[in-house]
Amino acid sequence: MNQPVRVKTLKIDGRDVSGREDETILEVARQNGIFIPTLCNLEGLTPIGACRLCLVEIKGVSRLLPACVTRVEEGMEVYTQSERLQKYRRMVLELLFSERNHICSVCVVNGHCELQSMAQILGMTHVSVPYRFPRLPVDASHERFVVDHNRCILCTRCVRVCDEIEGAHTWDVMGRGIDSRVITDLNQPWGESETCTSCGKCVNVCPTGALFEKGKPVSERLKKRQFLPYLTMMREERR
Amino acid sequence: MAQTITIDPITRIEGHAKITIQLDEQGIVRDARIHITQFRGFEKLCEGRRFSEMPALTARICGICPVSHLIASGKACDALLAVRIPETAEKLRRIFNLAQLVQSHALSFFHLSSPDFLLGMDADPAVRNLVGVIQTNPQMARDGIRLRQIGQQMIEWLAGKRIHPSWIVPGGVAQPLSAEKREQMLASIPEALDITQRAIAWFKNTMTQFSEEIQTFANFPSLFLGLVTETGALEHYDGVLRVVDSAGNVIADKIDPDDYEHYIGEAVEPWTYLKFPYYKPIGYPEGVYRVGPLARLNLIDRCGTPRADEAWAEFRALERGAVLSSFYYHYARLIEILYGLERIQQLLNEPDILDTRVQAVAGPNRSEGIGVAEAPRGTLIHHYRIDKDGLITWANLIIATGHNNLAMNRGILQAAKHFVKGDQIQEGMLNRVEAVIRCFDPCLSCSTHAVGQMPLHIQLLSPTGEVLDEVRR
Repeated sequence: MNQPVRVKTLKIDGRDVSGREDETILEVARQNGIFIPTLCNLEGLTPIGACRLCLVEIKGVSRLLPACVTRVEEGMEVYTQSERLQKYRRMVLELLFSERNHICSVCVVNGHCELQSMAQILGMTHVSVPYRFPRLPVDASHERFVVDHNRCILCTRCVRVCDEIEGAHTWDVMGRGIDSRVITDLNQPWGESETCTSCGKCVNVCPTGALFEKGKPVSERLKKRQFLPYLTMMREERR
Repeated sequence: MAQTITIDPITRIEGHAKITIQLDEQGIVRDARIHITQFRGFEKLCEGRRFSEMPALTARICGICPVSHLIASGKACDALLAVRIPETAEKLRRIFNLAQLVQSHALSFFHLSSPDFLLGMDADPAVRNLVGVIQTNPQMARDGIRLRQIGQQMIEWLAGKRIHPSWIVPGGVAQPLSAEKREQMLASIPEALDITQRAIAWFKNTMTQFSEEIQTFANFPSLFLGLVTETGALEHYDGVLRVVDSAGNVIADKIDPDDYEHYIGEAVEPWTYLKFPYYKPIGYPEGVYRVGPLARLNLIDRCGTPRADEAWAEFRALERGAVLSSFYYHYARLIEILYGLERIQQLLNEPDILDTRVQAVAGPNRSEGIGVAEAPRGTLIHHYRIDKDGLITWANLIIATGHNNLAMNRGILQAAKHFVKGDQIQEGMLNRVEAVIRCFDPCLSCSTHAVGQMPLHIQLLSPTGEVLDEVRR
């Protein structure tokens, strides 16, 4: 039997808001037009709290918590824009930029990149840590798509969309820490993957130029994401 | 006492360089060299990238002539796809390339070199610049700025932006031309033609005051190399390579640009980052050839447009055989602007110029591709090899300024010997040595595949290498 959904009331940045008990701080903030930056999060995919851009402060809690996976609670007082948070968020971005080779000027999604626009929105003007300039491969073995590990931020949107929406689970992550890398099947060239259906969902959810379609000029690769809410809605209705 | 003069950095050129002039015990010039002091390594950093990124990637070599790299790279990529691009796409690329020629030549003539012509080689460096031109001859300064603007504006109308557009794609261009933009372009041409003809008339008259420079500015026999059409007319986008000697005789003709490696070798010297291309059948270092506007006008049998043909006939009458003085690069540049504008007008009036089929679509079909085009400064070669997935495994870029490296070195030695006397070094002498380099309008950012704008440094060295005197700007 369905239990009645309980509503919680809380404060975000001093504003009184309310949300269902199964909703996250991020969801409630967005419903109320409060901006919390995200990179790994994408509506329609399971949130995982990986990028740490959505960290918020909660009164009485010493740790910073990711808004995308923290559920609302009665009487919570959430702060989303403190100086400390803004500093941390910029630091997260600086680390992302320094970790691989993000060369915007010659990137295929220059001007349409979530990492790039997030850096602009959050006012990241410099990268204060040294760049690592790792030597990373480009896999262009797939007939239609390319994966460029130089631009990957390990958000795992590709892994989740492939698993949760397409159901193929071609993508996964190998390695640990800074050596982690997204892989197709058992780390074989994408073009040789037996599970990939070539649906292109991973390419369209990728926030950067790590996954892209062949044949379009640099900086004209727009991501089409309309499919995600439709597909999720259809599946929920059938359930 | 023997010494070396160093001019570092060289001013009013594109990129970073210095000149050293070696004097012997009597203060007589013994040797002079131009050292390109920047290094970039584009050929290496392109490796592992997908070929389709190459136009945009190599365009970043230079902010002044990204269009030239886009064109040569686009053509090399067409070769990798093994396609013939749609006719309209080719015409649009031609207009794009010529618009670039107009703006780049205008920059060289008006912004960088006209201060020498207008104010004199010996004028105070504080006024011998574009600001001095604005004060002395505001009409000319306005003309130069306007002409360059028209060229840049055409690039923007075609490609969406002036610097580093991503409009050239393997197989053609990304967007067709709109009727509105076509009209705007056509409307801007008459003014540009007037400016150019005014400049040609002025320069023909002014040149007479520079007979000493004409005689000594890299004025020596050499070969000339560049693209011409199958029928020997002026060509900047496609065509075949031709080589003429100093007497104006064609010594190699109808060379398929894909065979460039049989004719052009590249030598390396330890004192500069710029390589020394040479004409292989003659060998290094004797195989000196020049490229660029002067070379192109020496190679052709005609320009192919009415006003330019008229101006060209007058130009070729300057000397018997090929025109040898590099001072005339400036003159040749103006004639090419005239040609470029006339040719753009012709192309814009072609009935299929607004056609919307502008890109041939294909995957990589060949493992090696060569693209050759004429950049404002001369022949530009992009040569790529790819693996089965289309990733670059090897790239070779030969840039116009590189071809002229041997000639530039020989040219500054000639000018230094004539103008520089060790016991009384004057700024005007050194400016003349720099002005030799400016004739070639070198783009060192491109040719070392490097960055920046070009300041100058001259060093005077003793036979033991000790720096005795320096001029630095």
